[in-house]
Amino acid sequence: MREGAAHPRYSLRPCKELDVDVVLSQVFTGISIGSVLLLAALGLMLTFGQMGVINMAHGEFMMAGAYTAYMVQRGFPDEISLLVSIPIGFVVGGLMGLLLEAVVIRWMYHRPLDTLLVTFGVGLVLQQLARDIFGAPAKQVRSPSWLHGQVDVFGYQWPISRLFITAMAILAVVGVAATMRYTSLGRRIRATVQNRDLAETVGISTRAADRATFFIGSGLAGVAGVLVTLVGSTGPNLGQSYIIDVFLVVVAGGIGQIKGTVIAAFGLGIIDSFLSHATSGSVAKALIFVLIVLFLQARPEGLFAVRTRSLV
Amino acid sequence: MKTIKLAPATWGTIGGIALLAVLLFAVAPAALDAFRLGQLAKYLCWAIAAVGIGLAWGRGGMLVLGQGLYFGLGAYAMAFHLKLEQAGPDGVPDFMKLYAGGVMPAWWEPFRSGAFTIAVIAIVPALVAGIIGYAVLKRRVKGAYFAILSQALAAAFAILLIGQIKSTGGSNGLNNFTTFFGYNLYLPENKVMIYQITAAVLIVALVIVAVLYRSRYGELLVAARDAEERVRFLGHDPANIKLVAYVVAAFLAGLGGAMFVPVVGIITPSNVDALASIALLAGVALGGRAALFGPVVGAIAIGYAQSALSENFPGSWSYFQGALFIIVILLLPGGLASLFARMRRTPAHTQVQLKQEEVPA
Repeated sequence: MREGAAHPRYSLRPCKELDVDVVLSQVFTGISIGSVLLLAALGLMLTFGQMGVINMAHGEFMMAGAYTAYMVQRGFPDEISLLVSIPIGFVVGGLMGLLLEAVVIRWMYHRPLDTLLVTFGVGLVLQQLARDIFGAPAKQVRSPSWLHGQVDVFGYQWPISRLFITAMAILAVVGVAATMRYTSLGRRIRATVQNRDLAETVGISTRAADRATFFIGSGLAGVAGVLVTLVGSTGPNLGQSYIIDVFLVVVAGGIGQIKGTVIAAFGLGIIDSFLSHATSGSVAKALIFVLIVLFLQARPEGLFAVRTRSLV
Repeated sequence: MKTIKLAPATWGTIGGIALLAVLLFAVAPAALDAFRLGQLAKYLCWAIAAVGIGLAWGRGGMLVLGQGLYFGLGAYAMAFHLKLEQAGPDGVPDFMKLYAGGVMPAWWEPFRSGAFTIAVIAIVPALVAGIIGYAVLKRRVKGAYFAILSQALAAAFAILLIGQIKSTGGSNGLNNFTTFFGYNLYLPENKVMIYQITAAVLIVALVIVAVLYRSRYGELLVAARDAEERVRFLGHDPANIKLVAYVVAAFLAGLGGAMFVPVVGIITPSNVDALASIALLAGVALGGRAALFGPVVGAIAIGYAQSALSENFPGSWSYFQGALFIIVILLLPGGLASLFARMRRTPAHTQVQLKQEEVPA
């Protein structure tokens, strides 16, 4: 007899929580939550990994993306406005990132912790700006009709809009990974991350690499913002509601690690959905935190850490 | 007779604390009306927590973004007691009749005892900080990772408070207290007494931290902040050094939270969530995070500015607070204290660590 299986402490209660149906549906919900987290975390991972800079205004860049979708909808028919919003959201987020980098962050590369507080201040100002421009009540962005309805996946009715977000998240990961792996820009960014001084010595403009990273990373936040309009309403607090979860994804995944970020985002999403199902949402949140602290006990540098010879 | 010789800087510290005590106990009650004195008492609660943040962040280099957790533990313990005091012996707090059908959870029962409540306020925040700090610091989690985890802590705590509406009052929090250890909260002389207790707690907090700063431990803490590896090579464990600062900071935050409840008369999750926690840092940064008096001055100034701006220009506070973070941290990382320090030579440990450890890449 195998240890554990028949032991009363380990015996599994025959209740609905263990139903295969429920398990699968929780996995799907988790993937859906994870996709949103992944889109937002991907950009953060880039900017965080590039310079060790924590951009607390990243959530507000998402918010800007969501409001971009709202504005674009006024000029375009619903059927295409979402598709138009995605590139515009990317540019809006990216330009905000460039501006932030040029005005504030470039002066503070040697003080990464202080950057966190400064960008938090920027986030506060952006939130209040949104409140003054668009008003405090949330705005509704209409989703195009081709995203309405459900499709059948393994016998489950699944909203097309959720699948679309997952598809876009995967697309974004592939896009970022390919850019980093195969383009000259990606090589320059990687070189700067790995050894800033050496990269400069071989003639790479690390300043340009920093700016490019910030543009792409913040642009991804804008895209994430456009896409979250499909699953939630658009308000001044949109960024705030995501930022801590997104940071936890980056922390758990390991700095600058695409692989780690993907696994952490989906992992966190799935754990979240299971815990929310088994307990109440509020207990789930607290449990997730405990899990992450325990996880960091095992792997203090996240899932995948870059090996360096440095002491710290 | 043996005379005690103290360095001039020590006399400065003692004089500063004495001056603050005179201002708080003699000048402020005479100069301010009852309403303003109550407001000042509220700022002092934040200042108590800020003194701890100065220790952990300014001297210890730990960016503590989740002190709301410890502030909240102290505050809710006090609020539990005050609610039970109001309900009377064997009574059930009013909000539980509303949300929980008049059923009180068993773990509320011990809070009927004032002594138990005070013990919880003194022990639980420090204990929780000890456990979390040990787990996190021993694994050398630091820098940005530490900051984010501490922030997630406060966020999770607030969500938990909102979710457990039957025992915490949910997002409305706990309010409508009538007595404070038998003293009627509506009587003006009792309000002054609560103000005086708060001021006394702040003075005690300052003395504790001043003694720590002057001790060998205080030097080690600064050393662990500025050159952690060297401290480790010298045979000390930086994790233990930082843990002490983190626990003391949590203890002080708990005291500030406990006094906040009788002073303000309400405690809600929005007083202790991630946003409230990071707001506590604004005062510390403004006053000077590594200076002894910086956090106190900063917290009082920020509290005053928030009240004044919110009264006169609603909505402008967010801009002001945001701008404050940007301008102070970017241009004046040592806070107002560094302006004074520039006028006279100050020892290096009161200065802010400017070169921070970068994330290993």
